[in-house]
Amino acid sequence: MSAPQQTADGDAILEVRDLNFFYGDFRGLTNVSLDIAKSRVTAFIGPSGCGKSTLLRTFNRMYDLYPGQRAEGQINFHGNNLLDKKQDVNLVRAKIGMVFQKPTPFPMTIYENIAFGVRLYEKMPKSEMDDRVEWALRKAAMWEEAKDKLQQSGLSLSGGQQQRLCIARTIAVKPEIVLLDEPTSALDPISTAKIEELINELKADYTIAIVTHNMQQAARISDFTAFMYLGELIEFGKTDTLFIKPKQKQTEDYITGRFG
Amino acid sequence: MSLYTRRILTNRIGIALSMIAMAFGLAALMWILWTLFYNGFSALSWDFFTQDTPAPGSEGGGLRNAIVGSLMIIGVTTLVSTPIGILAGIYLAEFGTTSRFAATTRFVTDIMLSAPSIVVGLFVYALVVATLGGFSGWAGSLALSLIAIPVVVRTTENMLLLVPTALREAAFAVGAPRWQVSLKVTLRAVKAGVVTGVLLAIARITGETAPLLFTALNNQFYSTDMSQPMGNLPVVIYQFAMSPYDNWVSLAWGGALLIALLVLAINIIARVLFRKKSSA
Amino acid sequence: MSEVAPPVDLHASQVRKFKIQDMLFHQVTLVFAFIVLAALAGILVSLAIEAMPALKQFGVAFLWTDVWSVPDDEFGALSAIYGTVVTSVIALLIAVPISFGIALFLTETCPVWLRRPLGMAIELLAGVPSIIYGIWGLFVFAPLFAEHVQPHLQTALGDVPVIGGWFAGPPIGIGILTAGIVLSLMVIPFVASVMRDVFETVPAPLKESAYGVGCTTWEVVVNVVLPYTRVGVIGGIMLGLGRALGETMAVTFVIGNANRIVGSLFAPGTSIASTLANEFGEADPGLHISSLFALGLVLFIITFIVLAISRWLIQRGVAKQGK
Repeated sequence: MSAPQQTADGDAILEVRDLNFFYGDFRGLTNVSLDIAKSRVTAFIGPSGCGKSTLLRTFNRMYDLYPGQRAEGQINFHGNNLLDKKQDVNLVRAKIGMVFQKPTPFPMTIYENIAFGVRLYEKMPKSEMDDRVEWALRKAAMWEEAKDKLQQSGLSLSGGQQQRLCIARTIAVKPEIVLLDEPTSALDPISTAKIEELINELKADYTIAIVTHNMQQAARISDFTAFMYLGELIEFGKTDTLFIKPKQKQTEDYITGRFG
Repeated sequence: MSLYTRRILTNRIGIALSMIAMAFGLAALMWILWTLFYNGFSALSWDFFTQDTPAPGSEGGGLRNAIVGSLMIIGVTTLVSTPIGILAGIYLAEFGTTSRFAATTRFVTDIMLSAPSIVVGLFVYALVVATLGGFSGWAGSLALSLIAIPVVVRTTENMLLLVPTALREAAFAVGAPRWQVSLKVTLRAVKAGVVTGVLLAIARITGETAPLLFTALNNQFYSTDMSQPMGNLPVVIYQFAMSPYDNWVSLAWGGALLIALLVLAINIIARVLFRKKSSA
Repeated sequence: MSEVAPPVDLHASQVRKFKIQDMLFHQVTLVFAFIVLAALAGILVSLAIEAMPALKQFGVAFLWTDVWSVPDDEFGALSAIYGTVVTSVIALLIAVPISFGIALFLTETCPVWLRRPLGMAIELLAGVPSIIYGIWGLFVFAPLFAEHVQPHLQTALGDVPVIGGWFAGPPIGIGILTAGIVLSLMVIPFVASVMRDVFETVPAPLKESAYGVGCTTWEVVVNVVLPYTRVGVIGGIMLGLGRALGETMAVTFVIGNANRIVGSLFAPGTSIASTLANEFGEADPGLHISSLFALGLVLFIITFIVLAISRWLIQRGVAKQGK
């Protein structure tokens, strides 16, 4: 299982090699190796607690916030190991954005929600910022709904709108990779459909890694799928292949609903 | 009497006693408030707010100097203790999850919340009044700050800990540095709670008397000079209430009513504000 | 520093700036947290320094000497400690059962729509400044108590052996017993709030299963709620004790301020806090003021210990919730 499982085609933008993750003494990930293909959607599936979210959170070093959590191994991004202690995490996060399970609008206006991240690393005149905000909201299919209430609090939006605002906020910073951690699990079916549509459009410009507990969703939107179980990467490959002809028995059992 | 009836009876007695206890608590509150209104209301007049404290045994007068002094001392205390308390609270919530220093600070803050306020007065006397030569409004504010800060620290920390982890992580996820995450996102998310904490701290110090006895002392004249002894409501109430002069006693009741109304109003505003915001 | 190539205009200088700002932010908040810690240490140290002359003069015997004479420059803390402890004990004897009843009512038998307003009323009561209790005690409660309660207590209990002496002497209203009662009114809201909070930590299934076997409310409280919350309840009582020991204003008005120990609870006495409030302002430099600082030190240490135990117990009581 420890042999690197790589994607069949495409340029790898992230190369994960022999990644181990620890919560104190507990090992959350064991020898995970895979490539995230550029401008593709990679989905992570598996039963709860399998380590799929943990893996996603190593990509932007989110675990750094918590003492006692640590990762060993390599995650190469443009030839640098992201896990390197010297790597600046803020910069990593500006380039590898993340959207969470529950919508997390900041307690500020819709406009400020988007401008906040942009302002961190770019200085620009107001007019340019206005353009950037509009651009990001259009990208996230939010512009029509939000253009008249840019000065209202982000919290005034509905759940699905909040989540699209969070996506807009993430892409406004112009990251290369967007990590989505179960982005639709708190949403109703209609909002979910909108977000899925959006993911489909975004993959032209961004690399997307999505964790989902919904297998149909993974099948619908992803190019590659990784099945994880008990902290290990069990199977990884093209989505079509993995769902139609899984190589591993565990994968088959999971996708046919025999456990999980 | 069967076992069953005895059990039912015990239960009835227990519940009746608990209701009596509740009624007793409420009755005490009513009684105190009623006498306060009854005795205090008659003292409130235009003069009460516009005249200074009268000489012993004389008629008339008001509490203007004490009211102004109290407002100034409380104002300075609020300005001093709000930033200190909020920043210390941020430290505990943001950096203090594991460190021993933070655990100690948390422990000390909890003790200070209920520590005898008169001892704080002694401390400030020894530290400031005795060394810098003289009672002053500043010394009074310092003493009250030591009482207000722990209240602000604890509410700030508790409020910040209520912020969903996902919101903090989301702020970090756009690449924000820690200070911006703290000040621009998490602190803003709990603004109402922190303001509540500050209001509760103000309510707490408004009626504090003991720490002012040996710090701000008192001043029978109108003064806005914080470096001089300063009139303030609690100490005036204390001195006037213990005096043999009817006029002074009456003014003391008026002052007590004023303080009680202020404190109750601040408490109620704090609660309403917090509930409205936290349910949104 | 190894860095990924910026796709947009990301400045390395910006990253360095953030690093420095974050470090500053950490240091600044740390300094403010340190102020809180330093204040406590400062209180202890300054009280100890100022108390030194008195402690040198009188030694540890300061604690059990029953003399407080300004003209003779002879000082001992016993009568003040006695008054502090006795008023606090009286306050708790009254406050604990009533607070328990209030907490019980608020968590178990109160109609739901009344819980919030009543709970808030109790919390507001906790916010009433202690000077209000003091002035009320002096002008309203003490005269009524002297006229309508003390004589009856005297006739009823005055001849009972052992405790009869507690009710001896003229019924003047002002005294240790009155101070204890006023103090109890002040402490009730604190203790009741803590008890209510710890009662609310009892998991509903636990109570429901007791009701399920046919327990009455009273039986559920005695057999499930109390054993489950024992630690937190004691913590709440200790918190009340800590408050009572250090209270100045509610006591000073009504205790009578007499530096002596008399067996009767009707007699005027003094507490540490009220002695400080009364004498400190006019004390002469020297042994008198130093002895007052020594009293303050004693009070601070006693309350510190009581409050530390209280906090430990309440936290243990609340931590159970997570189990």
